[in-house]
Amino acid sequence: MMGHWIIAPVVLPAFLAPLIVLWMRFDLRTQRVFSVAGMVALLALALTLAASASLNPPEVYRLGNWEAPFGIVLVLDRLSALMLVLTSALGLAVVLYAIGSGWDKRGWHFHSLMQFQMMGINGAFLTGDAFNLFVFFEVLLIASYGLMIHAGGEARLKAGVQYVVYNLAGSTLFLFALGTIYSVTGTLNMADLAQKVAQMPASETGLLRVGAVLLMLVFAVKAALVPFQFWLPATYTNAPGPVAALFAIMTKVGVYAIIRVYTLVFPAGGTIGFLAQEVLMPAALVSLVIGMVGVLGARDMGRTVAYSVIGSVGTMMLAFSQFDQNAAAAGLYYMVHSTLAAAALFLIVDLVRERRGAAGLRLVPVRPIKNAGLLAGMFFAGAIAMAGMPPLSGFLGKLMILDATRGNWLIWGTILVTSLIAIVGFGRAGSMVFWKAHAAEGVPPEASRDASSPGLAFTAAGGLLAGLVALTVLAGPATDWLRATAAQIYTPQAYIGAVMDGAYDRAWSATSGHEGAHGAAADADADHAAEPETGH
Amino acid sequence: MEALVASAIGIMTAAGIYLILRLRTFPVVLGMAMLSYAVNIFLFATGRLAVNMPPILEHAGVNTPGYTDPMPQALVLTAIVISFGMTAVVVMLSLGAFIEAGNDRIDLGDEEKTK
Repeated sequence: MMGHWIIAPVVLPAFLAPLIVLWMRFDLRTQRVFSVAGMVALLALALTLAASASLNPPEVYRLGNWEAPFGIVLVLDRLSALMLVLTSALGLAVVLYAIGSGWDKRGWHFHSLMQFQMMGINGAFLTGDAFNLFVFFEVLLIASYGLMIHAGGEARLKAGVQYVVYNLAGSTLFLFALGTIYSVTGTLNMADLAQKVAQMPASETGLLRVGAVLLMLVFAVKAALVPFQFWLPATYTNAPGPVAALFAIMTKVGVYAIIRVYTLVFPAGGTIGFLAQEVLMPAALVSLVIGMVGVLGARDMGRTVAYSVIGSVGTMMLAFSQFDQNAAAAGLYYMVHSTLAAAALFLIVDLVRERRGAAGLRLVPVRPIKNAGLLAGMFFAGAIAMAGMPPLSGFLGKLMILDATRGNWLIWGTILVTSLIAIVGFGRAGSMVFWKAHAAEGVPPEASRDASSPGLAFTAAGGLLAGLVALTVLAGPATDWLRATAAQIYTPQAYIGAVMDGAYDRAWSATSGHEGAHGAAADADADHAAEPETGH
Repeated sequence: MEALVASAIGIMTAAGIYLILRLRTFPVVLGMAMLSYAVNIFLFATGRLAVNMPPILEHAGVNTPGYTDPMPQALVLTAIVISFGMTAVVVMLSLGAFIEAGNDRIDLGDEEKTK
């Protein structure tokens, strides 16, 4: 049992971030040391929590010891532990890359914004309260606004404005959704909501359905599902390389929220029927097609990778929209894979951009760049993983999704055809940038000057690729663990029980005990006597 | 009263949506502010509209005239603080973009093509 450690992934970065701003503002070296140390500590914490979560049932942390429907709870289960590990591993790679490539000295406060970002993401994965989820979304978004425009520049600021406005509209929609759900159920604690929603007669769920669909729209904005994917390509292409890599987890926050809410609060076949499935399936199919066609049509390498993120979100949502345990396990495997693959590709693309000088990432031949061979090899590996070709984990992930959706020809056809399109798209981008370079005229482009330690940058990107290899080699144990995770997701009673069982009794005995301590025993007795009349 | 509050929320939302679809940053920022006002009132109304009621349930429960739900008030406070902060961020960002680019267009338009 982890006790107070459950809140540590939120508290640690929340403590480090202001420390970095206030105390180490002018000393980049100290900032780097603390930032890396913080990320390593976060990773260790996340791994410990994951180990505990895989042995124990869902564990609840009551903030301020307030009982569940009245106070906010954090819940640690296998799914949230998995997301924590993924986030902190990605955060460590991104910080190392930012240090190695010198991105962190091109603007102010990179490291503290990173810590705030981690705080928001970890909180969103841990919280068991829908309004608190909104608050953590805002924390992670406001940090991401700062990171997105890190180092400034006209195109980046303009793309930043679009990103901020899009997400502010999303947040407003989130509040409308929460308000609607609250007005129907009178609670926003997810476990309590699950109980209240399940008790609701099917004939009176009109408003609830509206709330559920509004909530789905909000999460679809975060996950960049069609038709809400418009913010993603411009944002990811114009964001600094390491930030784009970190944003690979941001779409997964939306995916996580969809999984959490639509298995726990609004389970398929429950009070609102199969509404979520009916909405998600077509959206996922279209996202997959648009994403992969975008990979083929993109005119610069950054956009190629950005569109492949949309495609991969579509692929995993196809799995999750089956609302079935096997498909969810396959989807989780693919989610881990695609997060690592997308982050690795963004880092590799950024390494290429730094070396191509004025040509940027446009798909035009330029004289061979520095480290062209190594970068080409790394892009090759990343592209294989992303497109889903053997031998890397993308192939296994797609295979598992195909296996879980056996007999559904629409899904099979779409996944297989779009994979082919993606292979062609990545092949085109790679051969244009790396192979045609040898036939190009002119002088070799000048590499950017301020990379403090290119070795570290390559290590960070290579580390993510190594993660993909590990995910492939250890696919057996990983799948077993993810199957158990999917099984836990589809037995929400354990989650609900952990939060709500005995909560009202404990809350009641806590209040009466408190009043008794103040020598108002008679008052407490009167309260007890009056209890039936207050009419719960 | 319900009709008044509901139509106020509706009109403000409509105006907000119209404004955030404009092509310049200034109306878009105004639209965001308008939308956040609308959603704040909406949140406030989710506990049902009750005039002159205390936000606390008196304990005897026999002669209490009723109460107003304190929860949406706490939610709306949080939402106000957050939307205020976010409006400040979007104002700063669009000012930054305006100074860098020399115009306040929302579209990426031209620099996309040349890039």
